[in-house]
Amino acid sequence: MTTLVERGPAPTAPPARLADELAGTWLLLRFMLRRDRVRLGVWTASVVGLWLYVAVEFTAMYAEPAARAERATLMRTPASVLMTGPGYGLDDYTIGAMCANEMVLWIVICLSVMSILEVVRHTRAEEESSRSELVRAAVVGRHAPAFAAMALVVVANLVIAALSALVLVTVGHLAVFDTVVMVGGSALTVLVFAAVAVVACQLTAHARGASGLAVGVLGLMALVRGAGDMRREHGSALSWASPIAWTQQTRAFVDVRAWPLVLPVVAVVVLVVVAVVLAGHRDFGAGMFADRRGRASAHQALRSPLALAWRQQRTALAWWTLGTVLMWLATGTYVKDVGPVLEDMVAQNPVIGQVIGEKDMTDAYVSLIMLYAALAAVGYGISAVLRARAEEAAGRTEYVLAGPVGRGRWLSAQLVVAGAGAGALMVAEGLALGTGAYLVGAHDPSLGTYALAAVVYLPAVAVVLGVAAALLGWMPRWTGASWAFLVLAFVVGMFGDAFHLPDAVQHVSPLRWVPRVPVEDVSWLPVAGLCVVAAVLFAGAFAGFRRRDIPVV
Amino acid sequence: MSAIEIHDLHKSFGTTIALDGLDLVVQPGQIAGFLGPNGSGKSTTIRVLLGLLRPDSGTVRLLDGDPWSDAVALHRRLAYVPGDVSLWPNLTGGEAIDLMGRLHGGLDPARRAELLQRFELDPSKKARTYSKGNRQKVALVAALACDAELLVLDEPTSGLDPLMEAVFTEYLREAKAAGQSVLLSSHIMSEVEKVCDTVTIIRSGRAVESGTLADLRHLTRSSVTAVVDGDAGSLATLPGVHDLVTTVDASGTRVAFDVDNDDMSPVLTALGTMGVLTFTANPPSLEELFLRHYGDELAAAGVPEPTASASARAPETNDTGDEAAR
Repeated sequence: MTTLVERGPAPTAPPARLADELAGTWLLLRFMLRRDRVRLGVWTASVVGLWLYVAVEFTAMYAEPAARAERATLMRTPASVLMTGPGYGLDDYTIGAMCANEMVLWIVICLSVMSILEVVRHTRAEEESSRSELVRAAVVGRHAPAFAAMALVVVANLVIAALSALVLVTVGHLAVFDTVVMVGGSALTVLVFAAVAVVACQLTAHARGASGLAVGVLGLMALVRGAGDMRREHGSALSWASPIAWTQQTRAFVDVRAWPLVLPVVAVVVLVVVAVVLAGHRDFGAGMFADRRGRASAHQALRSPLALAWRQQRTALAWWTLGTVLMWLATGTYVKDVGPVLEDMVAQNPVIGQVIGEKDMTDAYVSLIMLYAALAAVGYGISAVLRARAEEAAGRTEYVLAGPVGRGRWLSAQLVVAGAGAGALMVAEGLALGTGAYLVGAHDPSLGTYALAAVVYLPAVAVVLGVAAALLGWMPRWTGASWAFLVLAFVVGMFGDAFHLPDAVQHVSPLRWVPRVPVEDVSWLPVAGLCVVAAVLFAGAFAGFRRRDIPVV
Repeated sequence: MSAIEIHDLHKSFGTTIALDGLDLVVQPGQIAGFLGPNGSGKSTTIRVLLGLLRPDSGTVRLLDGDPWSDAVALHRRLAYVPGDVSLWPNLTGGEAIDLMGRLHGGLDPARRAELLQRFELDPSKKARTYSKGNRQKVALVAALACDAELLVLDEPTSGLDPLMEAVFTEYLREAKAAGQSVLLSSHIMSEVEKVCDTVTIIRSGRAVESGTLADLRHLTRSSVTAVVDGDAGSLATLPGVHDLVTTVDASGTRVAFDVDNDDMSPVLTALGTMGVLTFTANPPSLEELFLRHYGDELAAAGVPEPTASASARAPETNDTGDEAAR
């Protein structure tokens, strides 16, 4: 139950001068830049690197007009429209039009998540931890942290936009003005969501609630844009309700127009004013919504480490499942059209064939998507095992182990929830892909084949979780290094053959050993081998966890 | 049989020596104070007792068992309150109390309700909204509500206000009356004085003093400052007066000295004859006691003598739980 909190200061309080309210903004901005130099550097490198990859890949794969026309055909399907853009330039699908139509949505989502997390991290999270009490007690105005955080994301997005434009113009040989409108418009749209986060920070008292609210708005706006564009080619009135459409509607590389970019500027100003007004009506540390109360006593089922671990992880698992199932359901609707299109594309360009494999194209597509699904399951599984490490670092493991709970029981509870969650996610992903295909009438491969293709990945997923668990047992400070394994699996899976990576490297990735159903038949020897490796790793994890000091921080 | 018996315990982390030959004994049915400054090894000792850390060498017995190999069986018989309580942010305080109680094999609902009421704790708030003091209350309620032979309490009052500290002290006395043994770690002498039968003082991983409170009476002096009309010279001749400093100015004669608590009466009588203008008496902080006892050692090591005003009696607030909990 959420209720509005009574308004803050007495109406007789004299209004503070704006200059006072903003005192210290510049200093805070410099401090934030210093604090996040690595974090922002990684984001910048990732996004600019993605543009670089796209510029190189698109240019290499789609040199021929026929190949581009094939891709344009694929982009007209409703599922494509939902996951790309309004489809400007499909009649003459140039590299620039591809970038604008297919990449802008994902770049905006990616950078918006970054900006939302940054804003919340430097405002609400600081306030919640009471660190900013210390800061605000110094000569720092009421609005300074929020304005400095907003300035931080402005700087970050401008730098990213400038570098992206540089890469696209020099490497991709795209037109300068269209490129600037595209990446600049993306940055402005991102700032709208950053401003939404500033408002969200005034509403909820907790960082998680604020970022959840802002990311929810982002997701909703992505859906609104998709729904609007599916109603009519080049977008309907509904599309324009979403800030994401504003940048896509600049028609970069087709018939460019800059005026839609006035909209995000206006939206940012309005949202910042709303945030300032709200901030003036609340107390430090409080939100506009009062905290929800919970149960005064625990549910009957909450009585074991396993129940506790499930309680801790179920929300994350639910979100991962919802997100991936929706994505693979939509992807599954491609299965019907993709075979013929891909066959033509491979005929045009053998490089594509090396990425996908050159057998039956429908099967090849399904097995490629199944690899993505497995990577997602691995990603969830690693994050779940890392939760166990976070429990230890926070001192909660120590607290539970001080009760009559053995170390093996605690660790198995954590790993069972992580492993079963990742396994269930993998199977749900496979079935979602198959269901999507069934919905549009593609009945070959059968649903059972999709399920099998997912199930044969389970031992490989278990091996990666086993690596994370073994690190937790023996080298707890290095548990985070398990992410490197996911990166390795991704690189080997996507580019192993195309880049001719040496076998020694490729064979380190457990996913590499999995039979690619439905392209290949199931061979049980590698599956059994992966099971043995996983068993050894988990046994090692328990042996290490039983003998080491707790907590290691 | 002792509730806790530690002999010549060593534990180091890399090159840092945390425990350097510690001895500690807690007799059954007694409240044992475990006193030491921050970083002296109190929490490390407790983690060894809970079987969380493996000792490098030495013998450790807990309720006649081995804390490392018999951990689960022993933990059924004890309850623990961590020094820095970190709770699950999305669980309410009530849920955390029930969970810990059920892990112990169930708790008495009437006792739980009584504790919640006495500690004025709202069990329906999410743990992430609790202050340090409230998190500590959750752990205290969970520990006191279960029927344990031994209570292991690591600085349990460091976040509590004085009223709640009084409630806690009452429950400690009740626990002793019920025959429970208690290990109470603290860095505040006066808290230990109130309830403990024995005290062990730890410094740099080693027990430097231990015994009953009577044995340690020499450690419990009060610091007195007063401004008097008359001549204060006679104070120096009284037994139990130490470190007398006299300064004369326009307002009178200012005297500052320490006095053994047992010898307080004659000192007050003597002061009464001198025409007291102002008078304050403070129990010495642990830091002052340490300085008094180890000042020579510190001076030899080149550490300057701090002034009395630099000693802080405020409870430590090493509040790192918030960040980690997120």
